[in-house]
Amino acid sequence: MNKFTKICAASALVFASSQTVAADVSITIQNLTQGMYFTPIAAVAHTPDASLFELGEQASPEIQEMAEGGSLAGLTTIATSIGADVLAEPTAGPLGPTESVSGTFTTADGNSVLSVVAMILPSNDGFIGLDNWSIPTEAGTYTVYLNAYDAGTEANDEIVGGGAPGTPGMPAPPFLTLGTGGSGVTAESSNTNVHIHPGNIGDDDAAGGSSDVTNSIHRWLNPVAKVTVTVN
Amino acid sequence: MIKRLKLTKKRLAILVGMPILLSACSDDEVEVIKEVEVIVEVPAPVPEPVDVSYEVTVTNLTNAQPLSPVAVVLHANGHLFSVGEVPSVDLEKLAEGGMNAGLLALGEASATGAGAIAPGASETISVTIEDVTTAKLSVVTMLVNTNDAFSGLDALDLSDFAVGDSWTATAGVYDAGTEVNTEAVGSIPGPADGGEGFNAIRIDTGYVAMHPGVVTVDDGLSDSVLTIQHKFDNPALRIMVTRIE
Repeated sequence: MNKFTKICAASALVFASSQTVAADVSITIQNLTQGMYFTPIAAVAHTPDASLFELGEQASPEIQEMAEGGSLAGLTTIATSIGADVLAEPTAGPLGPTESVSGTFTTADGNSVLSVVAMILPSNDGFIGLDNWSIPTEAGTYTVYLNAYDAGTEANDEIVGGGAPGTPGMPAPPFLTLGTGGSGVTAESSNTNVHIHPGNIGDDDAAGGSSDVTNSIHRWLNPVAKVTVTVN
Repeated sequence: MIKRLKLTKKRLAILVGMPILLSACSDDEVEVIKEVEVIVEVPAPVPEPVDVSYEVTVTNLTNAQPLSPVAVVLHANGHLFSVGEVPSVDLEKLAEGGMNAGLLALGEASATGAGAIAPGASETISVTIEDVTTAKLSVVTMLVNTNDAFSGLDALDLSDFAVGDSWTATAGVYDAGTEVNTEAVGSIPGPADGGEGFNAIRIDTGYVAMHPGVVTVDDGLSDSVLTIQHKFDNPALRIMVTRIE
């Protein structure tokens, strides 16, 4: 009898403290910047022991391909393999300044934390990031502001190049108006771990100078994104 | 609806009471029971208006961006600004020229700061509204050494504020999107330039966004009148709100 009571108490405790219950979650992600774009966003609910990225640690190859070129292929493969819930994003195009994108998902048992990543354009390896944010169990609307991170995988030369890992320079999709002939702001990446992005420098010379980004447009201050989570 | 119901109840009570009152008064054994209809309109008591007052303390956290006189606005609903939305002309006037009269007029009650708030300085502004405890509070001020940067707070819900409650937050910097950030001579009203303030012509994105920061001549914008002194980062303000009555 005594034993039975103990077991009951223990299981009640586990039930009360765990956040493993499935939840209906709506998410809206807004680009708060005046002149920057986001590539298609990965928003995933997963177990707390998994992590897409960690500040102060080296970015995974999958984060690198997202941060340098906007590709979500690697992250999607990982998300599937760990049973994460991936937000079905209604639009797949770039998210322009102050635009929002919304989606909903039902998180599976145990997928109690939310991570969000997307590349920032134009940049060499900048990305917005939310790392293992505990999804509240209480119904309500919650707001989180995201910073811009630097994956630390590529020097911020700010000149037009390519988005594939190993290819220097920034990807230059047609919707961006970028300069040409920049000599390169720097060839060095001092912090090769994930860190707060120092920001673009840019210049005011569209046909030369050191950078191919425009210094009065392609800059930002944190926060760069607003995530609104509604738990139903 | 509730008031009308109460009034009816009182009227009924008087009608029922009348015959009993009359019979009690007759001491010559003659019962006079007359149906007397006495309608007494009982006006709902008019309560004394109760002042609901707040103190808003704004601290300038920037290095060299004086703040224009702060607009403190209590409004019933809506927003004074939202990221992604087209700014009102009143907001444009504040963001480009530091003129707060238009925004103040939007409130059920409002108050203006006494003057500019220097970097590092604070000002406490009191605002009072009668009987309303569910107002929205907006606080808006221009960073005057910019083309159209402003900071503040949009539509803070005051419903949960009891007397004595205090709330503190910091605020980032927004760009009104109504004037290109040229930082050029003659385009900035603050002491760094002494140039133009409000201009009704809108040339920029056309929507409110988070401000990308000033570039300045020291960071390679060759035509800029601003220097490294004028750079700012988020947050730019600290705002403390206290309900005092």
